[in-house]
Amino acid sequence: MKVYVPRDSAAKAVGADAVADAILAEAAERGIEIDLVRNGSRGMVWLEPLVEVESERGRLAYGPVTADQAGGLLDGSLESLGPVEHIPFFARQTRLTFARCGLTDPLSLADYEAYGGLTGLRRAIAMTGEEIVQQVTEAGLRGRGGAGFPTGVKWKTVLEAHADRKYVVCNADEGDSGTFADRMLMEGDPFTLIEGMAIAGLGVGATQGYVYLRSEYPDAIAVMEEAIAIARANGLLGPDILRSGRAFDMEVRVGAGAYVCGEETSLLNSLEGKRGVVRTKPPLPAVEGLFGKPTIVNNVISLATIPVIFEKGAAHYAAFGLGRSKGTMPIQIAGNVKHGGLFETAFGMPLGELVNEVGGGTASGRPVKAVQVGGPLGAYLPPEQFDTPFGYEEFDGQGGLIGHAGIVVFDDTADMQVMARFAMEFCAIESCGKCTPCRIGAVRGVETIDRIGQGDASAIDLLSDLCETMKDGSLCALGGFIPYPVMSALTHFPDDFGARKEVAE
Amino acid sequence: MQHPNPAIDLEDIGALIAPHIEREGPMLPMLHAVQAAYGFIPREAVGVIAETLNQTKAEVHGVISFYQDFRDAPAGRHVVKICRAEACQAVGGSALADATLGNLGVDWGGTSTDGKVTVEPVYCLGLCACGPAAMVDEQVVGRLDEERMTALLRELRT
Ligand SMILES: Cc1cc2nc3c(=O)[nH]c(=O)nc-3n(C[C@H](O)[C@H](O)[C@H](O)COP(=O)(O)O)c2cc1C
Ligand code: SF4
Ligand code: FES
Repeated sequence: MKVYVPRDSAAKAVGADAVADAILAEAAERGIEIDLVRNGSRGMVWLEPLVEVESERGRLAYGPVTADQAGGLLDGSLESLGPVEHIPFFARQTRLTFARCGLTDPLSLADYEAYGGLTGLRRAIAMTGEEIVQQVTEAGLRGRGGAGFPTGVKWKTVLEAHADRKYVVCNADEGDSGTFADRMLMEGDPFTLIEGMAIAGLGVGATQGYVYLRSEYPDAIAVMEEAIAIARANGLLGPDILRSGRAFDMEVRVGAGAYVCGEETSLLNSLEGKRGVVRTKPPLPAVEGLFGKPTIVNNVISLATIPVIFEKGAAHYAAFGLGRSKGTMPIQIAGNVKHGGLFETAFGMPLGELVNEVGGGTASGRPVKAVQVGGPLGAYLPPEQFDTPFGYEEFDGQGGLIGHAGIVVFDDTADMQVMARFAMEFCAIESCGKCTPCRIGAVRGVETIDRIGQGDASAIDLLSDLCETMKDGSLCALGGFIPYPVMSALTHFPDDFGARKEVAE
Repeated sequence: MQHPNPAIDLEDIGALIAPHIEREGPMLPMLHAVQAAYGFIPREAVGVIAETLNQTKAEVHGVISFYQDFRDAPAGRHVVKICRAEACQAVGGSALADATLGNLGVDWGGTSTDGKVTVEPVYCLGLCACGPAAMVDEQVVGRLDEERMTALLRELRT
């Protein structure tokens, strides 16, 4: 009997380890032989721990499973949700980047190859650097870390830079609230990231890679490190990758709890062992990056999407999407939502469909008040803006951003003045301190919102002015974009701003 | 800390950081190694690292003080990090955090009087679809409510 219990930390956080133990114990008691695989997550987090049992009807899903249901699961008395891939949330997706996540044993290289892994790298090995970069450009891939910068353009700059050493740095700092795609990918299909980074290395002539991985993700760190060791032992990394005569190696570097270290230049300073202060650009990291050398800095999802582009072809990838937002995006639906999880789909689905149909509305059953898209620097969007298609330009046009594609849902009990204050407080805590509008402005912002909360209506104009100053005068998007959540909250929910209402209402 | 800790031996620190000396950008790996061993970065380690990397102690201090993770004093026996970020707030994270701090009689960063539990804020654990979330030492926990948190704390304190 083959049984799958995810090792993903979202599954572990709700008891997957205890469920796995119970299944083994109950099986031993019954004398049933069990092949228990700790797979990645299928991304249906509301069903975690989601256990799958192999059958002639495919892999049958059960969830959320508790440890005391293990016996019933084995006896067949526990009700199944049916084949996992038929669950509507899953069936509606287009899984390219996450095709293997949840399907395979994350640390089995044999599984990885059986489901298309390494095909892309083998193709890339036969290409020149120019051809590799050209593929990425033709795929239309844009950075998934937030800014949406064309990945091919970035790689071309690094390719054309002359240097004795170049680097591929993977940004796995994933600090945005409401996002967990990087984590899920690294825990569920780590070889994809390794393959993507190796292709990047071949493309631009870089021989060393670093994954800068946040310390808040101990499980992802452990899986990545193990996967890298396995890859190295199997000649997938090292001096002669897949006997190509080309070298590429990589290692994990653990962050230390600073949100701003997700900003690429701050990240590079941190990797170099310095304070994670943002650098002025130019020079771009592509020209002068890690230790002053030409460096690709890309998000986990950008790099993990490279293998499928090389496996299926740039044209295949670019055929998905909307306008200049090509391909698919792993959208993370979180917060107060009924069906929270990771939903990979082509760009273009309207926000409201994601929230209400895919996500099923709020978990509390109350009306949706607003969603925050794109992490702590993203705007709060009210239901009136829910017809906005999920795409870079489309969100920009609505005064928002998609960022790393996290959607956080709030019901009507949310107090938008509290959320605006939190945004300013977060900026004050996480500011790297380099520029005044951000460092001082965020502290003033908290004070100003507190004044509004005490009934000082004149402070509202002050807050707007302050946001203008931060927008215009900040060096990076931390100080520069914090006005998005603050001003969108103020604009769309003016009634929430003012003297605090009595609790006994 | 006012007094040098007798349990801290310069040779031990040297051994902890030695495997990282040849790495590119060894500072953070060294600090992580020291903190993993002691639970904080002892004053003595600052000197050893500074000397090894040919930097001033002030520079090493500067790096340590920049990052939330590095402590300059020991924490309680267990560290509970509660997520304060937006997705957890959307499902009652703030009330849970307030109740937890209240029950332990501490503020953020504080340690319960029995020395067993330190509570720290964290800004997202990637468990945003199963919040409110927390991390107890290196164990993640999701779908928390006050009852589960109370049970968890009771376990940690016995
Ligand atoms: C304050 C701040 C935090 C950021 N955090 C992240 C992050 O956690 N992960 C990430 O990939 N990009 C983050 N970015 C964006 C990076 O600076 C950079 O654009 C990205 O790593 C480039 O990779 P991509 O082109 O593949 O998206 C952040 C930017 C800012 C200003
Ligand atoms: S905006 Fe804030 S975080 Fe960004 S460089 Fe300026 S001070 Fe640093
Ligand atoms: S917001 Fe709490 S885990 Fe992400």
